[in-house]
Amino acid sequence: MSNGIKERLDKCEHYQKFDAYKEKVLALGNDSLEKTIAVALSLCFVCAILVSFAAVALRPLQIENKAMDMKKNILEVAGLLEDGTDIHNAFAEQVEEKLVDITTGDYVEDMDAVAYDQRKAAKDPAQNIVLESSDDIASIKRKAKIAKVYLVKKGDAIESIILPMHGYGLWSTMYGFLALEADGQTVKSINFYDQAETPGLGGEVVNPNWRALWLGKKVYNEAGEVQLGLIKGVVDTSKPGSEYDVDGLAGATLTSLGVSNLVKYWMSKEGFSAYLDKVRTKGEG
Amino acid sequence: MSATASDTKKVLMEPLVNNNPITLQVLGICSALAVTSQMSTSLIMAVALTAVTACSSAAISSIRNHIPGSIRIIVQMTIIASLVIIVDQVLKAFAYEISKQLSVFVGLIITNCIVMGRAEAYAMKNPPMASFIDGIGNGAGYSLILIIVAFFRELFGSGKLLGIEILPLTKDGGWYEPNGMMLLPPSAFFLIGFIIWVFRQWKPAQNEQADFKIMDISHGEGGHH
Amino acid sequence: MNEYVSLFIKAVFVENLALAFFLGMCTFLAVSKKISTAIGLGVAVMVVQVITVPVNNLVYHTLLKEDALAWMGITGVDLSFLVLLSCIGMIAALVQILEMVLDKFFPALFHALGVFLPLITVNCAILGGSLFMIERDYDFTQSVVYGVGSGFGWALAITVMAGVREKLKYSDIPKGLEGLGITFISAGLMSLGFMAFSGIQL
Repeated sequence: MSNGIKERLDKCEHYQKFDAYKEKVLALGNDSLEKTIAVALSLCFVCAILVSFAAVALRPLQIENKAMDMKKNILEVAGLLEDGTDIHNAFAEQVEEKLVDITTGDYVEDMDAVAYDQRKAAKDPAQNIVLESSDDIASIKRKAKIAKVYLVKKGDAIESIILPMHGYGLWSTMYGFLALEADGQTVKSINFYDQAETPGLGGEVVNPNWRALWLGKKVYNEAGEVQLGLIKGVVDTSKPGSEYDVDGLAGATLTSLGVSNLVKYWMSKEGFSAYLDKVRTKGEG
Repeated sequence: MSATASDTKKVLMEPLVNNNPITLQVLGICSALAVTSQMSTSLIMAVALTAVTACSSAAISSIRNHIPGSIRIIVQMTIIASLVIIVDQVLKAFAYEISKQLSVFVGLIITNCIVMGRAEAYAMKNPPMASFIDGIGNGAGYSLILIIVAFFRELFGSGKLLGIEILPLTKDGGWYEPNGMMLLPPSAFFLIGFIIWVFRQWKPAQNEQADFKIMDISHGEGGHH
Repeated sequence: MNEYVSLFIKAVFVENLALAFFLGMCTFLAVSKKISTAIGLGVAVMVVQVITVPVNNLVYHTLLKEDALAWMGITGVDLSFLVLLSCIGMIAALVQILEMVLDKFFPALFHALGVFLPLITVNCAILGGSLFMIERDYDFTQSVVYGVGSGFGWALAITVMAGVREKLKYSDIPKGLEGLGITFISAGLMSLGFMAFSGIQL
């Protein structure tokens, strides 16, 4: 086979010229201008091809990985993830992605909810709102006008509402989800899927034992304000008002403060309270 | 034939202790400190670095006779950077969780002194096969240190090895109160310092000469006091 | 203004490239034997950092980001996988140009910095600074502030390390720890000290 190719190449005039040129250049002194340019250009060409090939060929897999990761996080906070769960099917059957206008609390129906990337939109001046520093208790500087919420449904009825939140902790911006019952008031779970806090201290936001403390807590008090937050130390469940409190993280004052702030921010009028009001009055999403 | 076999063995084994890139050559420190809080990230980093060093040394060695002096460093960097990008893309596609934890440190393999150091010191003067093996050897030396440091940090910092619980933690109902400092980066400095101490007890030839010798006054050496 | 001061202080102390992220360690450990050489390298790193971080920011935003080429009329193209190559290439080129400029216009400074300039190209702190800037999505002014801050922080760290090591020369250190060993341990203690800055909010 290679002999046949070699014969055809030998007959091709262009290849002969290229081959002769190649021999000439290789024979040149290493510091000659022509060789320098030739080496540089051919190196760029080869590297560019290899790198681009890798990037383009692997891109579908990478996008798939990211999407899968996000679905896993949603199922996890909804309490639907177990060993051996088929993530794709479980997500497709039970979770509905919807877009919400944060200011009005209404659903946005004319955009593709699946393709919408809230994190990217937050950086786009056409799709974001820049926050006043007095409002910005979670230190996020800007937020997207439209948020992506996830509804876990059994048939037509909403079982859980999963809301995205993010805010600054000690070292990093923490991104997570808060899962609420259909009443928009009782907490089911919370998770932080992206954070870089101190391992063992603030990083304990991922500890299942701490996360379990959130189950059954309430977000809004009688006056409709957000009272849910972390306190210093352990919550005394016999005291009134303890249904709004969650144990603080030992040795992680600033991360705990960050968590409280981001919950307060996203559950307030700046975040999802308008949307949750509409959900409650309508009785269904 | 036996000459090349023992040469290969030497090239492979030297960098493990006698000429270890981290503890003797002082190369590749940055990532050794940052990613060693868990064994899984360290292992992936070690494999990635070994692969890049070996392949880039081989690639640079194969064109070493044709690299113009004026663009030598940039040529080496381009080859190394391209390899690192490919490794990064592969990680994002096949080991997404780990690539999230490694984040910028995969990119920093480009400036990891081991890769550049071996390219300059060995690949420019030796044939491709030997350079490849030299890359593997130095990668192995680097991996050795990384694994030792990660072993102690993960075990004493979080009671786990490779994510498997070995020492049950008090906050999960067990008896072991984890050593929080082990999870913080400075502990890697201390561990490497101790590893160097151990290596130098074992191979006294690696000891550095002191700049000033402390005078032993009690034996009356010199001095008018 | 407040935001920039806070970013600067954070870059110098809380997120010190050398002592919190351990970037540029190789030269940090190798060159910190004397204060004068340490200061020289520190200044060189700072200058390179101030130039490269903003320039890389410009390149990233105008050429590589997703849809960055929209100003040329080309959309749907995401070249961000070339970030690593472009950053390191830009750094190598800028260092080379800096070397030539110094040689032509400031020969005294050029001779003082000597061999350090080429060493800076492979300093992880320089590449790391640019990569962090991209990951955190800074705009141009923030890049400048971050470049100055992170460079200054690294210079500060290496100078302090050199001061400590000069004193250690006269100490009675166990044989196996002399030199490199005790340097690692001192660096670890210093970095623990710098962690005290975490959580300072301006």
